Amino acid sequence: MNDSRTVHDSTSHDSRAHDTWVVIPLYNEGQVITDVIAQVRGAFDQVVCVDDGSMDDSAELAASAGARVVRHPFNLGQGAALQTGFDYALSDPTMKYVVTFDADGQHQIADAIGMVERLRVGEADVVFGSRFLDERSSPTLGKKLVLRAAVGYTNMTTHTRLTDAHNGLRAISRPVLKQIRITQNGMAHASELVAQIGASKASYVEHPVHILYSDYSKAKGQSLWNSINILAELILR
Amino acid sequence: MKIVLIQLVLIGFVILTAVRLLRHRGARTQAVRRVGLMLFAALAVWSILFPSVWNRIARIVGVGRGTDMVLYALVVAFLSFTLTTYLRFRDLEARYTKLARRLALDEVGLPHQSETVPERQEQPYAGS
Repeated sequence: MNDSRTVHDSTSHDSRAHDTWVVIPLYNEGQVITDVIAQVRGAFDQVVCVDDGSMDDSAELAASAGARVVRHPFNLGQGAALQTGFDYALSDPTMKYVVTFDADGQHQIADAIGMVERLRVGEADVVFGSRFLDERSSPTLGKKLVLRAAVGYTNMTTHTRLTDAHNGLRAISRPVLKQIRITQNGMAHASELVAQIGASKASYVEHPVHILYSDYSKAKGQSLWNSINILAELILR
Repeated sequence: MKIVLIQLVLIGFVILTAVRLLRHRGARTQAVRRVGLMLFAALAVWSILFPSVWNRIARIVGVGRGTDMVLYALVVAFLSFTLTTYLRFRDLEARYTKLARRLALDEVGLPHQSETVPERQEQPYAGS
């Protein structure tokens, strides 16, 4: 019906989209989720939003934006939402790659495309997004210090070498995804994920990504106080 | 031996607690735990009747007074309680997470099964 030369609507059948699922953990992001999904669906056909018991209309908005929506009956945490998304994607036998994407609009779809491309050419089994590989992202000094400390801790405990372990943008291939089992429901899941990938001996690379610190994501994002909670969850696991 | 009121109150409290714990453990409670609990209760009664027993224990392990000994024992008991409670809660959390995930995934069906947008309602599993 419409001119789909530039717009990939739900009926477009370009092969690059059909083996990839984009997993978006969703919790009270009603303000931005429609735009985020529209942006993602411009490049990837298959989007699964895991609604983690949102109190606003996030789930309905995500569904009408064209995402499959899996709804947790109540809030479990971002780590639990990611694992639910992984389970969903794994139930699709044609899935080869999964991209994890944040719902608050801080990630760029171009970065995700580039990361899946690197999986596709066989460069690695996992591609981690890193905001510290170039100068495009500009976290505040406090945030930078916390993220550096977090990645230092993660590297130390998981025998991996990363520059940014707490980035929500990742691309993971199916064989690795099958081995991942996130048990940290809260925010410590990022380190747990890295640890499991490190233990699985999968090959990984980092991909420079641009984190857009909009006023919205800044207001919603992790406060510095929460980093203390993350640290505690990591140590007490 | 002269029994003071506080001793009666404390003994009653210990017995009540022990009975309650025994009752609430259910059929699968391990005998070891029950025996341990009985011994603990006996020790509690014993030490209420003869508070000096704590002094003796304290002297054996090299702590000054019996009251200090009781305090230390309490701290250790409290810490182990905190730990077991934490572990139990974490186990519980893992269980209900699995349950909630299963529910959520069943509700929405398999990726290529239906193209309809999921509502909050039962979605029949079309096991083709």
